[in-house]
Amino acid sequence: MNCSEKDITELMHNYLDEDISEEEEKVLREHLQTCESCQQHFHELKKTIALVQSTSHISAPSDFTLKVMQNLPKEKRTVSFRRWFREHPMLTAASLFLVLMAGSLFSVWSESDEFSVSKQPNLIVENNTVIVPEGETISGDVVVRNGKIVIEGAVDGNVTVINGEKYMAAAGNVTGEIKEVNQIFEWLWYHMKKIGTDVIHVFDHEDEEK
Amino acid sequence: MIPAMSGGSKMETIIKNRIRQIKNGDQSAFAEIVEFYKDKVFQISYRMLGNRHEAEDIAQEAFIRAYVNIHSYDMNKKFSTWLYRIATNLSIDRIRKKKPDYYLDAEIAGSDGLTMYSQVAADAALPEDELETMELQEQIQAEILKLPEKYRSVIVLKYIEEFSLKEIGEILDLPIGTVKTRIHRGREALRNQLRHV
Repeated sequence: MNCSEKDITELMHNYLDEDISEEEEKVLREHLQTCESCQQHFHELKKTIALVQSTSHISAPSDFTLKVMQNLPKEKRTVSFRRWFREHPMLTAASLFLVLMAGSLFSVWSESDEFSVSKQPNLIVENNTVIVPEGETISGDVVVRNGKIVIEGAVDGNVTVINGEKYMAAAGNVTGEIKEVNQIFEWLWYHMKKIGTDVIHVFDHEDEEK
Repeated sequence: MIPAMSGGSKMETIIKNRIRQIKNGDQSAFAEIVEFYKDKVFQISYRMLGNRHEAEDIAQEAFIRAYVNIHSYDMNKKFSTWLYRIATNLSIDRIRKKKPDYYLDAEIAGSDGLTMYSQVAADAALPEDELETMELQEQIQAEILKLPEKYRSVIVLKYIEEFSLKEIGEILDLPIGTVKTRIHRGREALRNQLRHV
């Protein structure tokens, strides 16, 4: 064989890679027309490519994606929560509201068996009985739970009695409202109103800050 | 069937949005990515390894690695290239590791004289007409598997996955000149093996 076969083979590959200049292509064509063994070689290369390309495409097994997803490392909990919130904004708002409401009511409910009274320095406490002494003026609201209140002096604010009784002496004086709460329903209602007033207070504060 | 090529930029945008979600920790967005690329990735590992079980193993592993390392993926580059690179590298690693321990005539542990030959023969019970095309396909696959792994990967990427030389260079992290040389040698080797088919 006379042809410098190595160079010609190189040209064949460049041709197959579509990486050949017009000039080189011309050289290749002319050579192939005259050299039978190179023609054979070129033909075999093209046939090889066709054979390799003829291998049919295959697909991944049908449960492939599921398997991958099952084997991924666990994502952080916060993320799945966050996604859930994003997908259900109304439910999120509603459940958040319920949780907060229930939480605040139950926390107050659970402490409601014990005797308690709001702390003011000049109140006198005797055996679950709170006395507003004669001649004294209590400033601020007075709240008594599970006990009695005897008002002989003056209260500059509201008086609330939960599950208890109040005695008002003739000289007693309360500038604000006096409320007795004895039923659970009333008690609940009282708290709802209280939350309402608190919220309004918060907004008032914000307005003031502005 | 060949999403990365026919999908165009719209598809790339969707994929990139999903990746952003994954980077923010949203695992469920990854399912779409897997669904979209699974056939391609499986095909690469299958042509490289020639065995469905191993190919599935490697393809699964490739997706899990992609997920775990998603933060190292550069959003300015093509995601498919990055993913195929993981799959190709894993396949090459597997080829290098498995060489010594896969003999057809080795006895299967605890099977009392049963060899891989009898297993293969049992698996290959197919209807006559399918047999002939299967035989040619299998012969071609077998010849691809005979190629040294560095030629095999370029041939698989070029002729089965139809990537350009430039893309192959990116996937395998090789200069174009090297890709060309390997394709030339791989083609010559295959020509020698397939010329009498």
